[in-house]
Amino acid sequence: MIQAIAFYLFATMVIASGVLTIMSRNPVHSVLWLILAFFNAAGLMVLLGAEFIAMLLVVVYVGAVAVLFLFVVMMLDVDMAELRAGFIKNFPLGIAIALVLLAELVLGIGALGAGPLELGTASGANAPNLANSNIENIGALLYSKYIFVFEAAGLILLVAMIGAIVLTHRDLKTTRGHQNITKQVRRNPKEATQMKQPTVGEGVEL
Amino acid sequence: MDYATSFGLIIPELVLTGSGLVLLMIAAFGGEKASRLVSILAAVALGAAGSLTIPALANGAGGDASMAFYGQISADAFSAFAKLLVYAAAIGCLMIAPGFFGQRRAMKPEYPVLVLFATLGMSIMVSATDLMTLYIGLELNSLAAYVLASFLRNDSRSAEAGLKYFVLGALASGILLYGMSLTYGFTGTTSFAGIRAAQEAGLSTGALFGLIFVLAGLAFKISAVPFHMWTPDVYQGAPTPVTTFFATAPKVAAVALTARVALDAFGSQADAWRQIVIFAALASIIVGALGAIGQNNLKRLLAYSSINNVGFILIGLAAATVEGASAMLFYLTTYVVMSLGSFVAVLMLRNGEGENLETFEDIAGLSSTRPGVALCLLALMFSLAGIPPLLGFWAKVEVFNAAIQAGLVPLAVIGIAASVIGAFYYIKFVKVMYFEEPVGRATKGGSAAHWAILIICTLLISPLGFLLTRGLQAMTDTAAAGLFPGV
Repeated sequence: MIQAIAFYLFATMVIASGVLTIMSRNPVHSVLWLILAFFNAAGLMVLLGAEFIAMLLVVVYVGAVAVLFLFVVMMLDVDMAELRAGFIKNFPLGIAIALVLLAELVLGIGALGAGPLELGTASGANAPNLANSNIENIGALLYSKYIFVFEAAGLILLVAMIGAIVLTHRDLKTTRGHQNITKQVRRNPKEATQMKQPTVGEGVEL
Repeated sequence: MDYATSFGLIIPELVLTGSGLVLLMIAAFGGEKASRLVSILAAVALGAAGSLTIPALANGAGGDASMAFYGQISADAFSAFAKLLVYAAAIGCLMIAPGFFGQRRAMKPEYPVLVLFATLGMSIMVSATDLMTLYIGLELNSLAAYVLASFLRNDSRSAEAGLKYFVLGALASGILLYGMSLTYGFTGTTSFAGIRAAQEAGLSTGALFGLIFVLAGLAFKISAVPFHMWTPDVYQGAPTPVTTFFATAPKVAAVALTARVALDAFGSQADAWRQIVIFAALASIIVGALGAIGQNNLKRLLAYSSINNVGFILIGLAAATVEGASAMLFYLTTYVVMSLGSFVAVLMLRNGEGENLETFEDIAGLSSTRPGVALCLLALMFSLAGIPPLLGFWAKVEVFNAAIQAGLVPLAVIGIAASVIGAFYYIKFVKVMYFEEPVGRATKGGSAAHWAILIICTLLISPLGFLLTRGLQAMTDTAAAGLFPGV
């Protein structure tokens, strides 16, 4: 009983906040609604017994992605009125994409009746130990069988970090506009100033 | 599966990882002054990893005994051969870099560290026997390569090359991942042996799509036509030592990886991928040869030359036999020596102000101003064109021989015809250097390290180097046999 109530609560909240994400006029509000949607989706995952995915949703999507969105939205001065102005112009394109999606939906429902795809079957070597939680199962696999690829993935992140620093880090000397004596000494009145004799009522054109 | 055995098998990778992390610390605390020290230590680490790889090649390791981590990675003779080639090329690229970057005051100790991590990625790539290991190795290599391409960050062309490489590389990785997910979905496993066993009965449509997407993604990494568009731009824009690196080590790794995927994972469905490889081989040879004709920039021309050479390498793969794989490795070795030599020679051409020269006008009459460099370039270009006494000719003979033995006579015939077109621009190089009025622009350039590498490469491809071919052939045969466990 309590599960059903929780499910309907989370599901309604996901849909409602999803709708509000695209309906709200202020982009910052949109991102905040999106975060609410992520939290409720995480709740749905907990109900399914996939607590690891629930935590990933909160940590990765709320913690990193949504905050990044928020930063971008706040940094960029997005003019919603200007964005809406393109609505009529792009309307045919929107309709075309909607039609494609509709066709996919119809095709998908039709394919559902035709029976399952002949997929390969896993060997079962990685089958979970149902007595443990799935976090324990994933951890046991990552740190034993897949230790090599797991550690190598860590190296990839390290290389990404080195790369970002190499490409963007500048010594303080160059970032703070430092004094270039030669340039200052070589400056002469001819290049630095201009003589203009503007007539009355007209501006100066430089 | 014993973890101690597994870690014992990946000792070269562990050495590279450990030294990479230690050198990163030295780089972080030592600053730019530590660049030279870090470069030398990185080269030493690569040499050490290489010497630890030799036993696997000497013993002809293969089969289950060489598998580590539940069959995710294999330290067999094939990977050992490819690793030795990759390490040697990487050491060469470390040696030529300090002179080039030092002159632009852009040498940073992170350069050797990034090269080291890229080499680690390649090392993982060539020994991958699981789709996950393959992808991890590929990304480790690519990510370091994107940064290296834009290493001269104040040069807009270098930045453009890095960005272009990154965007297109990410797209190719996406295609590769899509293919891998399809392959996994339709076979139920990510291990090469498992995929091979699952496809023995036949290839379903979904699995065929997976195969095509995987090969398309890999074709991008080896810059085979029709996924070659990035190559000339990136090779031209990237700093020349980095271009040298791109044209040698990652190419070896990606070709070895493609060979393993094709012959091992999809080995039971050779007919399905052979037509794709044949098309890519012929298209690469022809596009590489025709595209190079109109080029005026030497780095761009050498990029087309590398596309052209990839075509010949793929002919060996298309044979899908032990001889074919052996010929492919033989050609790959020759190709690495030739491109290392020619890029270093281009790197050594500088004018009085110390700027690097890279167009045909600049090298007119080079034989009178820089006779040494011109002579080495002459030998390298004739070898690339496949003129008989030089090593490039024997490599081409090997490849075509393997194709004919596998019954691919039309492929060999078209390949030979197209290699004649390619000879045009290699000989144009020689003509411009020897038979045109000297402009005297290229007056200086070339440190001891540059000369050493150029002379070694020239000696290796010269008729003297022919004495080594027997030994090399024995090695490629052992390595290729490692790919065919059943034979």
